[in-house]
Amino acid sequence: MHPERDFVLDGPLPAGAEATFRDLELRTLVAAMAAGDGFVAEVARRALLDPLKDPAAIEHRQAVLRDGLANPEVVRALYDLAGATIERPKRSSWGSLRDNPGYGVRHSREVLRIFVEAFRELRRLAEREAERFESAGFNTFFDLVQRELTDAYLAEIEAHLHELAFRDGVVVSARLGPGNKAIDRVLRAPRARAGSAWTRLGRRLQQRFARVDAELTFELPPREEKLARALADERDRGLERVAAVLAGAIEHILAFFQALRAETAFYLGCLHLAGRLDALGAPRCMPEPRPSHEGLRAGAGLYDPCLALNAGRPAVGNDLAADDVALVIITGANQGGKTTFVRSVGLAQLLLQAGLFVAARSYRASVAPTIFTHFRREEDATMRRGKLDEELARMRAIVAHLRPGSLLLLNESFAATNEREGSEIARQIVRALTEVGVRVFFVTHLDDFARSHYQSSGDQGSGDGVRFLRAQRERDGTRTFELIEAPPERTSHGEDLYRAIFAADAAAPEA
Amino acid sequence: MPDHTGPPRTAPSPLAPPSPPSPPATPAPPEPAAGPSVLYPEPPPVADRGSASAPACFGDLNLDQVITAITAGRDAYGLRPFFHAPLTDVDAVAFRHEVFLDLEDEPLRTALEAFARTLRHMREHLEQAGTLRDVHQQRRLHLDAAHGYCAGVTRLAAALRANAPRSRGLRLIARYLAALVASSAFDALQAEAARLVRELDDLSYLMTFTADRVSVALVEDQADQDAAVARTFARFGPPPREQRAKRPVSLAMDRIEAAILARVTLLYPELFAALEAFRERYAEFLDPTVAAFDREAQFYLAYREYMQGFERAGLGFCYPTVSATDKTLEVVGAFDPALARSLLVDDARPVCNDVALRGEERIFVVTGANQGGKTTFARLFGQLHFLAALGCPVPARTATLFLTDQVLTHFEQEEDARALRGKLQDELLRVRALLERASGRSVVIMNEAFSSTTTDDALLLSRKVLERLLALGVLGVWVTFIDELAAQGDAIVSLVALVDPDDPTRRTFELARRPADGRAHAVAIARAHQLTYEELRRVLGA
Repeated sequence: MHPERDFVLDGPLPAGAEATFRDLELRTLVAAMAAGDGFVAEVARRALLDPLKDPAAIEHRQAVLRDGLANPEVVRALYDLAGATIERPKRSSWGSLRDNPGYGVRHSREVLRIFVEAFRELRRLAEREAERFESAGFNTFFDLVQRELTDAYLAEIEAHLHELAFRDGVVVSARLGPGNKAIDRVLRAPRARAGSAWTRLGRRLQQRFARVDAELTFELPPREEKLARALADERDRGLERVAAVLAGAIEHILAFFQALRAETAFYLGCLHLAGRLDALGAPRCMPEPRPSHEGLRAGAGLYDPCLALNAGRPAVGNDLAADDVALVIITGANQGGKTTFVRSVGLAQLLLQAGLFVAARSYRASVAPTIFTHFRREEDATMRRGKLDEELARMRAIVAHLRPGSLLLLNESFAATNEREGSEIARQIVRALTEVGVRVFFVTHLDDFARSHYQSSGDQGSGDGVRFLRAQRERDGTRTFELIEAPPERTSHGEDLYRAIFAADAAAPEA
Repeated sequence: MPDHTGPPRTAPSPLAPPSPPSPPATPAPPEPAAGPSVLYPEPPPVADRGSASAPACFGDLNLDQVITAITAGRDAYGLRPFFHAPLTDVDAVAFRHEVFLDLEDEPLRTALEAFARTLRHMREHLEQAGTLRDVHQQRRLHLDAAHGYCAGVTRLAAALRANAPRSRGLRLIARYLAALVASSAFDALQAEAARLVRELDDLSYLMTFTADRVSVALVEDQADQDAAVARTFARFGPPPREQRAKRPVSLAMDRIEAAILARVTLLYPELFAALEAFRERYAEFLDPTVAAFDREAQFYLAYREYMQGFERAGLGFCYPTVSATDKTLEVVGAFDPALARSLLVDDARPVCNDVALRGEERIFVVTGANQGGKTTFARLFGQLHFLAALGCPVPARTATLFLTDQVLTHFEQEEDARALRGKLQDELLRVRALLERASGRSVVIMNEAFSSTTTDDALLLSRKVLERLLALGVLGVWVTFIDELAAQGDAIVSLVALVDPDDPTRRTFELARRPADGRAHAVAIARAHQLTYEELRRVLGA
């Protein structure tokens, strides 16, 4: 997932991730990637919401993904192996590992046997399949497996596991600490190291002598349960360190398999999504990530993959040419595809920065340091007076995370007040943001705002890095969902409505 | 229950009924020792060394809080009696000042603190020895206690020699310790303890556990299997950090541990025989003068630590100039430590007061705003005198104080259900008792006396008592609502609690020398409600 580090499954998501998830309807996308696997869903969610910032890192993932798309069965096998290895020991209770060293050692031996088995299988798979892979990601992994998990090494582990069965008893050395209580216990090999033949013989004699030296031996009297427990406890205290070492090793190895599972889960999710889109005949392409400072964002046939997945057929695509464009203002008829369009832009950016293919025929964009959505919240109607408050507070929270090159998608923002005020707020915010280099897509009905931008941006509406797109409706009312480059239209429905309703009422106050 | 393998005759069976516990080796009680004291130039009669019960003024002056804070965490030393016994002799005060001054010297203070820690560990060891059944354990704890004690005494003696204290108190102790350390008895104790500790620390043994037995042997060169396993698995990542050797809560051993230990003693018979002999021979190793010094030094260390809490916040203590004859009072930047401590918790600072009584001036009469710091001032006055009489630095920037024989207080008592006449009568009885105890060297604090009766009555009674106090020549503070009391002659100094002129709702907690003037207070309250003439003119439209 990363050229340099492990993919992290826990830890906080970037600010605004929850809102982005909701606003862009990522649930649909994640469900398509998961194909019913909850773990894949979680990994996919996280990968999408925690975008990469470095084009090189994105290309690294894209390369691995290409390998994965070419060898889907190997991705699946790795994912299954990692999952099965993690799940198997779970039947025992992990919790008591640390509490009782004697139990801990026994349990750890079982778990480590499972791991050694899994290591063997992993290495066989690596030996068999490595040649078919080209990406640095897969090659590094297969190399590591073949280099580190040799037969000799696995045999060394097994030898330890064998000795830790303590068939000759547990041998522990100790010293006397405060109050003459034993300290510094060290688990020892049961027999002294082999020296010369003479010393071996001498030791054997000594040992035999010591065995009969009854004075130095304490034997449990029969039926002394409590004493037997105390004896076991004292023996186990000598196992504390080795138990901790084994538990630590298990933690490391488990982390390895968990990382393997998480990483393969991501690529497995990509395979699922590719399969779904391909089945619909919806196009996908590997996008070209560009450095943030270049300010590029352009593509052809850009569509909302969630819409396509939900509808079960390819969605209408739009072309986007927003290189060096600081602000895209999208106006026009309701239900004419404005929100869908701005979603497709956001999703393309997230997919690109997750290292995935993009729902478009072609796409190329600068990476954004941060990506935020600020959509109008329909469900916040409970407290009318607090709604603008809520919007502005949300905006304020977002602003703290915006950087030059960040992508901000505004959908009907600041409409919770009257148009003039909303426009003024919007003008001030958008102006400030675009001046520092934030890229803004703004779906809006704020005529005053949109038109004032149009008037100040020259006749073609293309000066000052501002673009105007408009959703349209055919004369007969049918929607095309295609956006055209066009100035904002003055809509006077509201005024009409006002007149219509208040015409009879001479005393009607001006709104 | 029988031990099947039959332990040898030389070692007591760990499974036999426990031998009667050896007499608990507790530290010598801190009785006055024959040797020198670091608290007194001349050993005073035992009666004057302070009792466990606090002087009557403690509650009124919040000195109980102060002493509780000072002695916190040092209950084992029983320091309170020291703080209940003011000194009556200027030289005794100087004696303590000298020690405090010495302790401003970092190496000396560090040495004393280290010594205190050492003896604390020693006591812990001896206490533990008293709670354990196993004789090998008892002997080892006794040995460790003696070993730590010797090291502590030797180090302290060396530190005192190296840092040449100037105080009489520490010089006497230094001389005493030098002689003690040089004595052959101490030398023998120290050498034998060190040898035994070293040998015990160095020994090791091997335990072999099978299902129903454990046997003990000397270690040969059996390979470290912990390390071998750790090496093998190091490939996957660093081994878990060694859990910080969980210090056993108790040193008590179960029967298996005791059985093993008994067999370990068989592996090293001479060493454990020597350990037993040590226990017999040096049963009482603690020198009583050393024990007494350990306790007495805590008086200084505790007070110093208390002062440091304030000094970190920029509130300084000073060595007062103390006289038993001259009643001149000159204090600059004084604060009430009990109040300051609670303020510092909230990062607030107390207001510091300057106080002076010159010539014939004897008693402050304090009037003015409620909650304006009147009672605080009264307490502060008493605290300064009491702490000075303990021979301690006082909470002020500079201070010249009279060495009082006692601080007597008369504070309004908690409301109770008694009838007014009963209450007044009760109050007069208390005042009479106070006057009977007071001498010309006493400090008297009267706070809102006779508030339960009419103003005329209160004025009359107050005047009478005040005259008596003036006749005695006591130093004192009289907090009252009766302005007239403030004009009672040259010995009286009138102080008025002020409010902030810009914000009358805020008290300044400052007291100013000025004639009592009830109206100043009333005007302030009026302004707070915007009812002054100017305010009303403006509100009504000029």
